[in-house]
Amino acid sequence: MQLIAAIVTMIAGVLACAVYFWATNFILDWIFPSKGLSGAAASRNLRITNAIRPWLFLAPALFALTIYLIYPVVQSVWLSFHDRGGQNFVGARNYDWMLSDGEFRQSIFNNFLWLLVVPALSTFFGLIIAALTDRIWWGNIAKTLIFMPMAISFVGAAVIWKFIYDYRAEGSEQIGLLNAIVVAFGGAPQAWITLPFWNNFFLMVILIWIQTGFAMVILSAALRGIPEETIEAAVIDGANGWQIFFKIMVPQIWGTIAVVWTTITILVLKVFDIVLAMTNGQWQSQVLANLMFDWMFRGGGDFGRGASIAVVIMILVIPIMIWNIRNATKESGGH
Amino acid sequence: MNPSTRSPLTWAVHLSVLLLVLLWTMPTAGLLISSLRDKDQLAVSGWWTALATSSRNAVARAPSADSQVERDGKFVISGNLLEGQGGGQISAFGFSSREPAKFKPGETAELNDGERLTVQADGGFEIVSDTKMEGSRGQRIFYTASTPPRFTIDNYIEVLSAAGIGTSFLNSLTVAIPSTVIPILIAAFAAYALAWMPFPGRAILLAVVVGLLVVPLQMSLIPLLQLYNGVGAFFGVPAKTYMGIWLAHTGFGLPLAIYLLRNYMAGLPREIMESARVDGASDFDIFVKIILPLSFPALASFAIFQFLWTWNDLLVAIVFLGAGEDSLVLTGRLVNLLGSRGGNWEILTASAFITIVVPLIVFFALQRYLVRGLLSGSVKGG
Repeated sequence: MQLIAAIVTMIAGVLACAVYFWATNFILDWIFPSKGLSGAAASRNLRITNAIRPWLFLAPALFALTIYLIYPVVQSVWLSFHDRGGQNFVGARNYDWMLSDGEFRQSIFNNFLWLLVVPALSTFFGLIIAALTDRIWWGNIAKTLIFMPMAISFVGAAVIWKFIYDYRAEGSEQIGLLNAIVVAFGGAPQAWITLPFWNNFFLMVILIWIQTGFAMVILSAALRGIPEETIEAAVIDGANGWQIFFKIMVPQIWGTIAVVWTTITILVLKVFDIVLAMTNGQWQSQVLANLMFDWMFRGGGDFGRGASIAVVIMILVIPIMIWNIRNATKESGGH
Repeated sequence: MNPSTRSPLTWAVHLSVLLLVLLWTMPTAGLLISSLRDKDQLAVSGWWTALATSSRNAVARAPSADSQVERDGKFVISGNLLEGQGGGQISAFGFSSREPAKFKPGETAELNDGERLTVQADGGFEIVSDTKMEGSRGQRIFYTASTPPRFTIDNYIEVLSAAGIGTSFLNSLTVAIPSTVIPILIAAFAAYALAWMPFPGRAILLAVVVGLLVVPLQMSLIPLLQLYNGVGAFFGVPAKTYMGIWLAHTGFGLPLAIYLLRNYMAGLPREIMESARVDGASDFDIFVKIILPLSFPALASFAIFQFLWTWNDLLVAIVFLGAGEDSLVLTGRLVNLLGSRGGNWEILTASAFITIVVPLIVFFALQRYLVRGLLSGSVKGG
C-alpha cells in the first residue's frame, strides 16, 4: 500500500518534472518563435531563446542545490555563533566550549587517527590487490569479491564485524572469529571494542574493508592505462618486478592515487554510522560526525554546538575542496 | 624473467590473492552461514564449525517426584533429555557437577538414595526406585550431547514476522526508489546545459558543483531540520514525511549526478548535435531524442550509486524520517536491534542479511555500470 503510494508519487513527480521542462520550453519557443520568421527577427529571437534556455534547464537543479546545500552551509556557520535554540548571539562561545571539552578533543584526536590510517591502508591494499589481480586469470572474480563490501551499508558492516569481535568470557567457547583465533593461539579473549584507544583501530578495519574495493577498482584502471612501452623499456634495462612496480608504475599513477586518497579522506571525515552502531562513542572511540549527531538531539538538541562541530568538519574538508575545484577547472579549460 | 623464477612467483601471486579474497569475503560469509544456523547452536559454537557435529555439555532437571508412575512394583520417572532439540546423541552423563561425564549411555548410575538413573544414547532416561520417591525438586542430570549440524530458515521467519523488519523493508524501498529517480531527471537537464549550452557563468557554476561534491552532510542537517520544522508548522503538516526525505536525498545526490552526467555528455561527439541542429532540432529535442538515450550508461551508473547510497543511508533517514516504530528504515532498525537484542545473534545476523541482500543483488547484477561510474567520477577528476 505504502509502496504503491510511493510509486504513484514518484511517477507524479517525474511527470511534473517532465511537464515543467517541456512546458517551459514550449512557452519560450511560443513567445520568441524563430521558425517561420524571416531574417533579423528570427535571429534576434534565436539569440534570446539561447540566452534563456540554459537557465530553464538549470533552474530545478539550482533550486535544489541552493536549498539543500548552499543555504545550509551559510546557516550552519550562522548557527554556530548562536545558542542552543539558535536565537541569541553568543559570539565564539560555542568554539570556546569546544576547545575545553574533553569529548571534543577526544573526537579530534580519533578523527586524525582515522585520517592517518584509513585512507593510507585502503589505498595501499587497493593498489596491491589491483596489481596482483591483473596478473592472474581469475583476477576479475577476485576483484568482484573484494569490491563487494562496497555495496554493504555501514550498519550492515558494523553487524558483520561486531560478530567477528564478539566476546565470551574466558573458558567458554568463543563464537567471534577474532577471539577464537586468539584463544587457539593460547591468548586470552578480549572485549575488543571496549579497549580504549585500540578500539579505534578495530572500527577502522571496517571502513578499510569497505573502501579497499573502491581504491582497487580505480587504481586497477589506472594501472592498465600505463603505456606498455615504459614497462618494456624497464624490463630491457633489467629492472626486477619490485622496481618496475614502485619506480615505473606507481609514479605514473600518482594523480589517481591522490584522487583515491582524498575521496576516502572525505568519507572518513563523515564517518558516523560505524561508530554509532559499534560503540556510540563509548570507550573513547568518539568521532566528530557522531559527536555532532549526538549534540543535535542530546537533551532536546543543542543546535549551536552541533552546528559548530559541523563547521569544524567543513573546515577540514575545505583544502580538498579547493584542490578538487582547481583540478576540475584545469581539466575543463582543456576541454 | 626466465621460466624457472616465474613459476614460484606466479604461485605466490595466486596464493596471496586467494588469501586476500578469503580475508575480504569471510566476514560476510560468516554472517550468512550464521543466519542460517539453528539458534541454539549459533549461541554456543563458531560459524566455522557449522558443518561439524557440535558437542555441548548441559544440565537438565528431571521432572519432580509428582510425576512418578508405579510400574511392576517400582516407582519410575521417565523423560527425554533431548526433547524438542531436533535430534542428537548423548555421549556421556552423570548426576553430580563434579563428575558430569562419569557414565556412558546405557549404563545405570546408582544415585545416593537408592534410586537408579539410566540414560540412553537417544536422550531417553529413567529414574527407578524401589520405594516411593519424594521431594519437590527433580534430579539434576548432567550430560554431554553431540548435535548434528542443523540449518534452518527459522531465523528469517522469526525476523520477518516479529522484529519489524518486514515494515522497515518496505520503508527502505519507499525511500530509495523515488530518491533515485527524481535526481536523475533534474540532473540530466542541468548536465546538458553545463556541457553543451554556452551561457555566461558556466565555468563558475561547474566549479560550484565540484565544490559541493564534498560538502559534508553534517552541515545540512541542522538548518534543514529547522527548515522542515518551520515548513511543517506553517502548513500544519508533519515535518517528517517521505516527500521531505526524497527531496533531501535529491539535493544531496545532485552534485554527483550533475558532475557524472556532465562529464559523460561532454564526451559525446559534437557532430551528432550539430547535424541535428542543422536539421532544425531545438536544444530540447536534441536533449530528449539524442543525448538522453546516448547517456544511458552514465544514467545507469548514477542510478546504482544513488540507490545504494539511499538504501544504505542511516543518517538522513533518522534525521528526516524519524526513529519512530513505523517509519524506521532497515538500517535504523538494525541499529535499534543492536542496542536491544545485542546478544541475540540469530536475530541480528538474519536481519543484517536482509538489509544487505538488496544492495548485493544490485551490485552483482549491475557491477559493470558501477565500475564505469566510479571511473568517470574519479579518474577524470584527477
